[in-house]
Amino acid sequence: MTMTMAPGTTAGQSTHTPQVNKHSRAKRSPLASLGLHATLIGASLIAVFPIAWVVLSSFKPKQWVQSSELSLVKEPTLGNYEYVLFETNFPTWMLNSVIIALCTMTIGILMSATTGYALSRFNFPGRRKLMMVFLVTQMFPVAVLIVPIYKIMATLGLINTHASLVIAYLTIAVPFCSWMLKGYFDSIPTSLDEAASIDGCGPFQTFWRVIMPLARPGIAVTAFYTFLTAWGEVAYATAFIQTDDRFTLAYGMQQFVPQFNAQWEYLTAAAVLVTVPAGLVFLYAQRHLVSGLTAGGTKG
Amino acid sequence: MSTDTATPARTSPPPRETRRPGRLRRSWDKHWYAWVMVAPVVLVLGVLIFYPLGRGILLSFTNLTEANQLAEICSKSITGTEVCKPNPNAWEIVGVDNYVNILTGKVGEFWQQFGVTLLWTVTCVVFHYGLGLGLAVLLNRPMRGRGIYRVLLILPWAVPAFVSAFAWRFMFNENFGLINSVFESVGLDRVAWFADWRTALLTAIVANIWLGVPFMMVTLLGGMQTIPGEQYEAAEIDGATPWQRFVNITLPGLRSVSMTVLLLGFIWTFNMFPIIFLVTGGEPAGQTEILVTGAFRSAFEGIRNYSLSSTYGVLILSILLVFSVFYRRALRKQGEVW
Repeated sequence: MTMTMAPGTTAGQSTHTPQVNKHSRAKRSPLASLGLHATLIGASLIAVFPIAWVVLSSFKPKQWVQSSELSLVKEPTLGNYEYVLFETNFPTWMLNSVIIALCTMTIGILMSATTGYALSRFNFPGRRKLMMVFLVTQMFPVAVLIVPIYKIMATLGLINTHASLVIAYLTIAVPFCSWMLKGYFDSIPTSLDEAASIDGCGPFQTFWRVIMPLARPGIAVTAFYTFLTAWGEVAYATAFIQTDDRFTLAYGMQQFVPQFNAQWEYLTAAAVLVTVPAGLVFLYAQRHLVSGLTAGGTKG
Repeated sequence: MSTDTATPARTSPPPRETRRPGRLRRSWDKHWYAWVMVAPVVLVLGVLIFYPLGRGILLSFTNLTEANQLAEICSKSITGTEVCKPNPNAWEIVGVDNYVNILTGKVGEFWQQFGVTLLWTVTCVVFHYGLGLGLAVLLNRPMRGRGIYRVLLILPWAVPAFVSAFAWRFMFNENFGLINSVFESVGLDRVAWFADWRTALLTAIVANIWLGVPFMMVTLLGGMQTIPGEQYEAAEIDGATPWQRFVNITLPGLRSVSMTVLLLGFIWTFNMFPIIFLVTGGEPAGQTEILVTGAFRSAFEGIRNYSLSSTYGVLILSILLVFSVFYRRALRKQGEVW
């Protein structure tokens, strides 16, 4: 397996250095070069355009957002943002989302860190079964857990609380974090553990004093990704939360576009406000993210 | 599966003599810290996932809905005391009736939704993988502006899925959406995207492809960079064409990564809730509902039919489990030890 044989390319390292075809640039004909760049520019445009369009629309007043005339920007205004920020519950929703996502992230990481380490380092009975369970939980459709969790929350009187959402999101976050963190711990050489144990560290001390500090980038990335998953979750938020002041962003923003009389100008402004922080965090984290994900997946 | 990445227990193994006690005891002595480390997660998995899963499976054998969930109906009598009597229509266990009703089409639209789900999943995954692979190949060469292309191409992944869903619904809007405006300006007719299930599903698929390509691209790019460069050099010396190099070096080198991301992609797309829910909303008349959103609607819209929704959930999970078992078996037959 390629990934197993090259642990150096997993977490924490830049996968950016080109290793292949180092010399083919000289050989590429101008025409091929043109084709390559044209394709990539085209693809980049497609990737960026919908985002750009939403951003542009968010600066247009209502009559130009809801007009069939093609225009990039017309009568630019900050009115939509003003309305969303000051006349609606949007800031409350954002706060709700932040609280819920932060709680999910913190609890998820704290619980799964030791598990990831144990899975990465020890060959204990039940290890493969646990890995299997993590894979299987990826298959759980939202439909199979949402009703029973809803019923349980209703019994506990937790419907319409932040706690119910955090608990529901943990069902996604805990297996995912364990899986990801195992991938990161795999990329830390075991010789460090051995050195620590020769120096008299027990397994817990080794984990806490030696491995955790080294795994910090991996943990940060896993944390960010967990945060974003909770940030963008729709189904549980739609089902569990009932009052306006408790909505998360994913549910609250649906209020702008009801079946009739949709207020797209406000929705676009809200979309930009939601995306900017999430996007920045994501772009910072993504490079480490993918190597960890595939490492966890292929190293079983 | 390479279990050799896991270093066996390093603390001094118990001396031979103490191996006498029972197997469990020995095992505990040797592995207790590993088990302690995984305990919190196992506990959470048990309480938050497997207990609800069990309840969900039980629910699927009942006829529980919002209307019959009370075991007793209480009413205030004239004297002010509450009188409770058993609910004559209370929910009960109905065995496999739900499964029979759903699978024979008596209740709901299982087969139609299953068809839509398959079409949706296969189309999306094929495009995700194809486009992702193509872009990864292009990006995997030295050239000017590589970093910029990479960041721009990853952007769709950075946007939360529900925001992308809104953005595409906005662009496909019949009256003032960008797509129809462009159509009009080049002399085509406006399309009522959400009036026909085919065009409605198309909008969701386009949105989801846009959203999912970056993941495949970055993952495959990561895989490509683990392929040793000497292989390409050797092939070049032997006079292999770029296409031959792609087929004989790149594709085999990507095999294990591809197999993982294809399986994950299939599962994730099959269960992709927000895109269908927010882009088409099942329009027209529930015809573009996939299984997951269909189950959600039966549970949380109108009279909440909890048992029906649970049955759907169990069926979806079974489909995915069966699929992945066959998938892994097929891989194993080809000598893949994954």
